[in-house]
Amino acid sequence: MLITLWLIVTITFFLMHSVPGSPFDRDGKEANATVIQNMMEHYGLDKPVAVQYLMYLKSLVTLDLGPSIAHYPDSVNSMIDRGFPVSLSLGMIALVFAIICGIALGTVAALRQNGLLDSFAMIFAVIGITVPNFVVATMLIKYVAVEWKLLPVATWGTWKHMILPALALSTGPLAIIARLTRANMVEVLTQDYIETARAKGLAPATIVFKHALRNAVLPVVTLLGALIANILTGSFVIEKIFAIPGMGKYFVDGINNRDYAVIMGTTVFYSALLIIMMFLVDIAYGLIDPRIKLHKKGA
Amino acid sequence: MQVPDHLFVPMPKQAGNAEAIVRPRQTFWQAAWHNLTKNKLAMLGLIIIVLLALLATFGPYLTDQSYTKQDLLHANEKPSSVHWFGTDELGRDVYARILYGARISLFIGLMAALIDFVIGIIYGGISGYFGGRVDNVMMRIVDILYGIPYLLVVILLMVVMGPGLLTIIVALSATGWIGMARMVRGQVLQLKSSEYVLASRTLGARPAHIIRRHLLPNALGVIIVQVTFSVPSAIFAEAFLSFLGLGIQPPRASWGVMANDGLPTILSGHWWRLFYPAFFISLTMLAFNMLGDGLQNTFNPKQRR
Repeated sequence: MLITLWLIVTITFFLMHSVPGSPFDRDGKEANATVIQNMMEHYGLDKPVAVQYLMYLKSLVTLDLGPSIAHYPDSVNSMIDRGFPVSLSLGMIALVFAIICGIALGTVAALRQNGLLDSFAMIFAVIGITVPNFVVATMLIKYVAVEWKLLPVATWGTWKHMILPALALSTGPLAIIARLTRANMVEVLTQDYIETARAKGLAPATIVFKHALRNAVLPVVTLLGALIANILTGSFVIEKIFAIPGMGKYFVDGINNRDYAVIMGTTVFYSALLIIMMFLVDIAYGLIDPRIKLHKKGA
Repeated sequence: MQVPDHLFVPMPKQAGNAEAIVRPRQTFWQAAWHNLTKNKLAMLGLIIIVLLALLATFGPYLTDQSYTKQDLLHANEKPSSVHWFGTDELGRDVYARILYGARISLFIGLMAALIDFVIGIIYGGISGYFGGRVDNVMMRIVDILYGIPYLLVVILLMVVMGPGLLTIIVALSATGWIGMARMVRGQVLQLKSSEYVLASRTLGARPAHIIRRHLLPNALGVIIVQVTFSVPSAIFAEAFLSFLGLGIQPPRASWGVMANDGLPTILSGHWWRLFYPAFFISLTMLAFNMLGDGLQNTFNPKQRR
């Protein structure tokens, strides 16, 4: 895990430093040579790359992600401080919504296999997978917010502002979960122990919730890591569309401004976040399913 | 109850040779194709893909409109008999641009999948075949790379290399081969221990021969499934990058770029600017996914997801 993280930091650092030109190049405008010299010194950019690399690693250990170059007094840390809580709450709502609705949809579809509800659920799932989320977001804004005036269009504040972005963000993961749950559920329902449970005369609800669902949902846990990554990258798009002041917006702005310090800092932060999440998911899976042994090499 | 002997009548011998196999022999691929043609959704997907490929190839001959010609007098026009899918804010014909975009989008998807395929097979094949220490080292590298969130790396590469057709393909395949390599390695590892490989090795076949003649053809089914799924994800990733402004640069257009350009116009009522590109992206995704699901059922019915 630490090696992966170090690798990312190194790749990011050297990629960013392989870009021709310095952050102080402004097209057309001639900057004073002394000013540039002073700025270079201020940011330590006049030192050899190897020294800069070590300095960057050193500051990373103390969790300092460096300054933003385009927005002078702002640092990457303060951007994360401001943006991350917003992104986190949006992401969590989307994830929880996707998990609950996805599992419910998948289960219902499996129980009514090949029925009307099943077809409906699967069509919905296909749409969720094939339609890019920026299209979903635009549709939601167009109809729910502008035409029907049910919810506010953009920005961030009350819970009403959260609904549309969270909805747009969750469609992809929701569809994936629903498909997976349905496939597993269909398989689990044909197992012998379900037959046994039915033979014992258990209520259908008990069978579904106590026997079938637990086993059907297990594989969903393995997907959680990928889903979190999906929501995270999705949030770049959604936050830009809904003008939400979250991490994703800073990241996208950083890309547009070619603010390398911000791109570097946020990439490292996102990577660390994702890697830790994946690690936690792996551990959680081992705890939930006793058949998985952690020390066994994964295939 | 006793059955008297005279009730037993010997069954007359059937004409023809019972030992002969009546049905024509089917190769693995014939069987797979037969299986696939029975899957209606997969066939529909295949047909759509073929149609899209034809559109992309012959598209420019299907319309007399140019995809770059600007005509500000006819900007943002509704779909009509002249401009089938309407025009954009510079008066360019959306239908012509969609046809041209099909080329770019499909090209990106296919190239990215092809490069993944080649690198993945070589890397995974070597790692899986030799096993032991080689495998250990090669897979450790892949494990570390696998942990890196791929879209972040793609974005990073795009920022560094600058947007463009070639860089998109390079960036997408720089991260895409890893999944393929892992899968090929798993397959090879599994097939390696089968008897026919042992027999071949006993007869003195070289590793390259065994990999080429025995392991790859047998793993190919699963690999094809993976390729079918990696084409649409590349197209999807391109749309995502275009949204971030890191996609294809004008005057070239991909579906992703067009959809992104169409986003702000939806509120002013120019629905066709967003609808057509988004529709074609979704259609392509859908077609490849349906075909992929069908192939999945054909080649490894046990591993259905």
